[in-house]
Amino acid sequence: MAAEKRAYFPAGWLPYALVAPQLAITLVFFMWPASQAIWQSLLVEDSFGLNVEFVGLLNFRELLADSFYLNSFKVTAIFSVVMTVGALLISLVLAGCCDYLIRGVRVYQTLLIWPYAVAPVVAAVLWSFIFNPSVGILTYVLRSWFGVEWNHLLNGNQAMTLIIIASGWKQISYNFLFFLAGMQAIPKSLIEAAAIDGAGPLKRFLSVVLPLISPTTFFLLVVNIVYAFFETFGVIDATTQGGPVQATQVLVYKVYRDGFKGGDLGSSAAQSVVLMVIVIVLTVVQFRYIERKVQY
Amino acid sequence: MIENRPGLRLFCHAMLLLSVLTLAFPVWIAVVASTHTAERMLTVPIPLWPGTELLDNYRNVLLKGVAGASAAPVSRMMFNSLVMALSIAVGKIIISLLSAFAIVYFRFPLRMVFFWMIFITLMLPVEVRIFPTYKVVSDLHMINTYAGLTLPLIASATATFLFRQFFMTIPDEMMEAARMDGASALRFFWDVVLPLSRTNMAALFVILFIYGWNQYLWPLLITTDESIYTAVIGIKRMIPGGDASVDWNLVMAAAVLAMLPPALVVIVMQKWFVKGLIEQEK
Repeated sequence: MAAEKRAYFPAGWLPYALVAPQLAITLVFFMWPASQAIWQSLLVEDSFGLNVEFVGLLNFRELLADSFYLNSFKVTAIFSVVMTVGALLISLVLAGCCDYLIRGVRVYQTLLIWPYAVAPVVAAVLWSFIFNPSVGILTYVLRSWFGVEWNHLLNGNQAMTLIIIASGWKQISYNFLFFLAGMQAIPKSLIEAAAIDGAGPLKRFLSVVLPLISPTTFFLLVVNIVYAFFETFGVIDATTQGGPVQATQVLVYKVYRDGFKGGDLGSSAAQSVVLMVIVIVLTVVQFRYIERKVQY
Repeated sequence: MIENRPGLRLFCHAMLLLSVLTLAFPVWIAVVASTHTAERMLTVPIPLWPGTELLDNYRNVLLKGVAGASAAPVSRMMFNSLVMALSIAVGKIIISLLSAFAIVYFRFPLRMVFFWMIFITLMLPVEVRIFPTYKVVSDLHMINTYAGLTLPLIASATATFLFRQFFMTIPDEMMEAARMDGASALRFFWDVVLPLSRTNMAALFVILFIYGWNQYLWPLLITTDESIYTAVIGIKRMIPGGDASVDWNLVMAAAVLAMLPPALVVIVMQKWFVKGLIEQEK
């Protein structure tokens, strides 16, 4: 909590009225459903919804023993790490290049940021068309030039590659923007001092620029992981639907599949609770870091 | 420029140009596909250069829709997306402005409780409370309505924080002067705080418009009637599972139409967009 105002308006009913809309929506659509999810995760319901039994942590114990669920964790981990690291590295290099140039920075920025505006699911439709097993243009190139048979509907690794490309595509724009802003905020005098001491462009980038933008890098790391965990639902639903054979079944998709398609509400709710814990941890990490930065 | 290294400069330009082209490649393919006939798009290799069916395809998609999974015209879906994106953006901005104002400029019991309740919404994305939220909305009879589509997404901790942060930077003297002149809280809000917040509102608007337009999971659950599909949902529904034949030319025309509005908003309002994004880091 930063400084507070030193004077206030006299309270009365007004402040309550002002927070009321936000609070009403928070209570009805956030607090209540979340508590329902937690409650549901402790119950077992038969498939007709006639018989409900309180079972404590049974749903969670079953989850941890379920090899499909553990596999889904592994898939999510591989997916989010590869996508995050890949998108971060590419955008770091691009931002470094853009920052090195004096002219054309704004032009490149405009040409590179628009993919951010494209919905993940639309991005997925575009990429799955390009990689379409029968008519895709890259499928054709891969087959006739490299002799690679591409079919992400059958090959798990190819499916994973496809969702990484389709999700990483728009993250490059986002990361690029933050890296560029971070680099441009570095005082030119620091870079010049390093140059006078004889550091070349690469050396300057590695030992001056990179450490100075590390807060941005950390921020992006968290944001990208959150994105990979939660916002790629559309990408997966439009391309692989978790297949082939669970190869791209990330946690969020499994919650949806088990609940909506499978009708296993108890297990689905338990999975929701696990996800909630993951979000809470990520949020706390992010805010601890912001607090630290403010103190400097 | 510190030293003159034409080679390095050339390398940088080459890298940037290459990535500009790579990023644009899928969209180019989509645009090209939307200008050919359905039959041409099934002949391998598909064309890389625009054809002649542009007007026909777009007219078809906008007015008649894509036959098959969803027959609603894309113009209808785009209207739904627009309503959704605007309501979410405007709604979030209004309720966040109000609650941030209350939390910064008043001292009242439960203030911190409210603050933390708003904060906690950050930790509860739709994805982790899908079913219970769906149940609430269906109990309120809001399935297939604009209210059901937008209300559950309208609470915003991020926007509230941004405004709170900004209000903290408004000098206390302004408020003291206003009170001395006998202005009420609402008058101060309307005549001082709102005009000062314009830049922040514009920046947030761009981000939230895109957020709203691109929503997928929630509309997927809440819209079962074609007349209320959003553009993003419509496109997904146009592609049936498996290898069934798809009119790729029409699907790609719809995809191009669906990405046009948010892309235009980003490019036209680039300054606000960049500001709004970068603020989130602070």
